[in-house]
Order: sequence, then structure tokens, then C-alpha cells
Amino acid sequence: MNASVVIMFLLIVALTLVVTYYAAKKTKTTGDFYTAGGGLTGWQNGLAIAGDYLSAASFLGIAGAIALFGFDGFFYSIGFLIAYLVVLFIVAEPLRNLGKYTLADMINARFDAKKVRGVAALNTITIVIFYMIAQLVGAGALIQLLFGLDYWVAVLIVGVMMTIYVLFGGMTATSWVQIIKAVLLMIGTIIISFLVLAKFDFNILSMFSEMKTVTSHGAEYLQPGLKYTDPLGTISLMIALVLGTAGLPHILMRFFTVKDAKTARSSVVTATWVVGIFYVLTIFLGFGAAAFVGFDTILEANPAGNMAAPLLAEALGGDFLMSFVSAVAFATILAVVAGLVLSGASAFAHDIYGQIIKKGKISDKEQMLAAKYASLGVAVFSILLALFAQNMNVAFLVSLAFCVAASANLPVIIYTIYWRRFNTAGAVSAMLTGLLTSVILVIISPNVFSPVEGAAIFVGDPIFPFTNPAIVSVPLGFIGGYVGTLLSKEVNLKRYAKVKVKANTGYRE
Amino acid sequence: MGSLNELESSSRNREEPDFEKVADGAQFKELVQERKKFIVPMTVFFLVFYFSLPVLTSYTTILNTPAIGDISWAWIFALAQFIMTWVLCTVYVKKSASFDKKADQVIESLLKEGGK
Repeated sequence: MNASVVIMFLLIVALTLVVTYYAAKKTKTTGDFYTAGGGLTGWQNGLAIAGDYLSAASFLGIAGAIALFGFDGFFYSIGFLIAYLVVLFIVAEPLRNLGKYTLADMINARFDAKKVRGVAALNTITIVIFYMIAQLVGAGALIQLLFGLDYWVAVLIVGVMMTIYVLFGGMTATSWVQIIKAVLLMIGTIIISFLVLAKFDFNILSMFSEMKTVTSHGAEYLQPGLKYTDPLGTISLMIALVLGTAGLPHILMRFFTVKDAKTARSSVVTATWVVGIFYVLTIFLGFGAAAFVGFDTILEANPAGNMAAPLLAEALGGDFLMSFVSAVAFATILAVVAGLVLSGASAFAHDIYGQIIKKGKISDKEQMLAAKYASLGVAVFSILLALFAQNMNVAFLVSLAFCVAASANLPVIIYTIYWRRFNTAGAVSAMLTGLLTSVILVIISPNVFSPVEGAAIFVGDPIFPFTNPAIVSVPLGFIGGYVGTLLSKEVNLKRYAKVKVKANTGYRE
Repeated sequence: MGSLNELESSSRNREEPDFEKVADGAQFKELVQERKKFIVPMTVFFLVFYFSLPVLTSYTTILNTPAIGDISWAWIFALAQFIMTWVLCTVYVKKSASFDKKADQVIESLLKEGGK
């Protein structure tokens, strides 16, 4: 660990704590805590969405994947971006118009059913926990590499920081940590991309020509097929990527931080530009790492390629740039886990405690207290899981979280807004079918079972062939909701009229 | 947000507008129709465009042929996905201005007549 790393690291910690201090002063009510009072502008929320979304898996994982697998590494970038069109066209505005704090609020605009809220909260908690373990375990390993700290120390640092942001500064602190991170990440990525381009004399054509020869894959490096060889498996993954974002609770929650649907829309547009520019630049990160760091060094530092971007920064800009990029990676992790804690806490404190157990008869002070206890609970539980899961390969949990979001949340969101016949039974069956099929199919997939010892959690032949089951579980989520609806006679057209008018116009009583 | 809770409970005492009547009104139907006319075809389009990339790269090699210098069609198609996303975003925002106007009109008549 050199001095510049320590200084940058402490700067990030100090800056985010100052933000939290000011946010804490502004966080007085439950609405402030969950939604920053609904007062963010489109720009701010757009940057915060980008900061919430671009996880370490995006920054370090995709850079590594492109470095090692060329074109195939870029698939993730494409899916993660186009997902925003689903969010923009189908989900963002009705969600803002119907919901208050959580996804369950939005679904319950149609049904006053505890079981619907309960299952929706269960989905949120499941997704948050999967995503969180992946982030924290990744973060622990990464900080271990970047700063030379022990794994448990690294997890604790991240865990304590995220708890402080959320506990004291709620959504306001979380949003500003995400905004700062998004800006830092873009600066870092643009600097590295510029340096990579400079090495190729600012000639994209000659960059591609050179990439044909610099790696051990030769010309194959620039062609599809190095990583994804199974067509249906690839398509299944692409389904999860493009449809999952619109069901991720920590992303959906961000739409409650703006005042109306119009601002929700403009925040998606800002996010789409920022995220899109970032993902285009992942090409330069990946190519640069392959060309100027080399496969052997990348693989030696981390078999999954996660160190490609920091190593590239070191190769191009020495210790200083490497320290800056490491600090950016640290901020990246903090921003994402803070958002996750907040959405997990909202499911526990608002949906389960406030609405189901207390039936909504709860004072603002009690709600706030419940929210803080829930945040602490979610944070401690995740830290413990992460400490326990140190030696497990949990990277697949990110794409599993996307798969559950796409299979269990998206169908019910779409039915709630657009299908007049939809009813309580349909909502419950859509969510449970999506959730159960995703989880069960993953348990019997190559992520968990592999004939090669050490490649997965258990040794054995996987029963289900694809690592990501979205190609089966997403249609099943839709079918589950359809069949469940038809099996029940319940139809409430009056309520649907209300939901439809509110979703389309933003009318509020 | 205690004020919001109070607002909600006070509105419960007030008579609710007749949402069914509003939903059946010509103005509202036009808004929903117009939105549908944009969103459905555009969503089908971007999903088809998106999935044709993995389908073409998985089942064929036609994208492996060079397009510009050593840049193959696969890369061009991949970058076209980004351009498509940004273009559709911009077009949607433009379109939405008219949706917003119509939505405001519906709300206005809702408030004025209370749905009566």
C-alpha cells in the first residue's frame, strides 16, 4: 500500500462522511429517509441511478471480461444499457405515479392484500440479499487486493460505511454518495480511455487492427464466441440482463426520490446517457488491459479478470492513477451497497412491519425508528453472510438477482399497470412462480453443480444446462400470473380504472 | 412525510372522483391510445433489434465479416445498439411532451368536475 492509495481512500471516506453529516440534518421524516423527501432533480437522480447501477461488476468485471474474451465480454455492456429502454417505456412513470416508498406500494395500488405485499417484500429481500452478498464478497476480495487489507477487515470497512450512510443520512446521503461515485467513475473511465486511445494514436481502426495480434487469441479475439458458446444459454443471459433492471428494487426505489413522472423520465434519460457512455468506454478499458497489461498479469492478479482496470491504470499512469482508480472502485462498491441496504430496509420496515403487522397505523416517528432498525439489521445480516461466504464463488449471484427481478417482479409490474383482468391470486402466483423457478433452476444449474471439483459449490452433473435460467423463468413468471388470475373469479374493474387513470396522468388525491 | 399521510386520510373522507367515468372518457382514451401506439411498436422493435445480436452471433457467422478495416459487423451492430438506445430515448422524450399535455387536461377535468 503506497501513500497515495491511503490518501485517496481517506479522501473518499471523509467526503462521504461530510455528505452524510449534512444529509442527516435534512433527514427528519420517514419520507426524507426513504425518498430524500422526493426532492431530487432529474439530473441528480439520473446520476444517482447511474451510481446505483454501475456496480463493481460493471466497472471491474466487464473491463476484465472484455480484456480476456474480447467481443463476448461486451455482451454485458449491451444488455445492461438497453435495459433502460424497458425502464423508460414501461416502468418508470407508472411506478412514480402509483408508488410511495416501495415496489409493493405500487402493486398494492391495485390490491389491498397483505399477501401481495408480503410476497413483493419477499422478492425484494431475496434480490437485495443475493446482490448484496455478491457485492460484499467481491468488495472484500477487491479491497484485499487493492489495499492489502485482510478480507474480514475489508468487508467490515465497507459494511460499517454503508451502515453509517443509511442509518444517519438515509436516501439523501445514499443519493449523494451515488452521485459522487458516478462522477468519479466517469472521470476515471474517461481518463483511462483517453490514455488508451492516445497509445493507438487516436486511431480506432488501428486499435482494432492491433488487437488482432496482441493477444494469444489472435483474430478470434475480435469475434464473438470466445466465452459464450452455447446459443440458448447466451440468449437466456441476455434476457435476464435486459429485463432484470426494470425489476431491481434498489433501482426502482430511486424513482420515488423525484417529484413526478416527468422528472422520473428525465432522470432515466440522464442515466441512460451516463451509463451508455460508460459502457462504450468499457471497450477501451478492456482492449487497453489486454494490450498493455497482458493476459498473464491480469489472470495472475485475479482469475476472473477483476484487476484488469486497476492494472491498466497502473500501466498507463503509474501509482497515482492506480490509486485514483482503486479509490473509484471503493466508492463504487459503497454507493451500490448503500442503495441495497436502503431498499432491503424499506421492504422490512415499511412493507412488512408498517403495512402488514401494524396495518399502516403507525406514527411517522415509529416508522422512522423501524426503518433505522431494519437498515441496521439488513446491514449486519449481510456482513455476516459475506464473512461466511468468503471462499465461495458468488459472482453468479449478480446475474441471478437480475434473473429473479426479471422473472418475479417484471411480470407483476406489467400486469398491474396494463391488464384489467389481473387480480390478487394472479399477483401472488406471478411473483412466487418467478421467484421459485429462478431459485430452483439456479440450484440445479452449473453455478452450483459442476463435475470439476472447485468449479462450483457442489461436485456433480448439473440437471439444468444454463447458468442463467431467465429463458425459462421469465416466461413462467408471466404464465404463472396469467393462470393464477384466470383461476380466481375476482375482478375489480373500478379499482383498475383508478390505477389506470393515476398511472397515465399522475393524478394524486 | 407526515403531511402526506394526513393528506391521504383527508382525501379518503372527501368523495373520490369517478375514475371509471374518466377512464371511459374520450380524452383519457385518446391519451392511452397514443401512448400505446408509440410504446408497443417501439418496444417490439428494440427487443427484436437487441435479441438479433446474440441470435446472429450464436447461430451464424455473418457478423464476423469485416465492415470497416478490421472492425467486423458484430462490433458495428453492437455499437448500433447504443445509438438506437439514445435515439429512442430522445424520441420518447419529444413524444412525451404531448402526452404530458393531454394528461394535464385529463387531470384538470377530473379536478373541475370531480368525475361527476
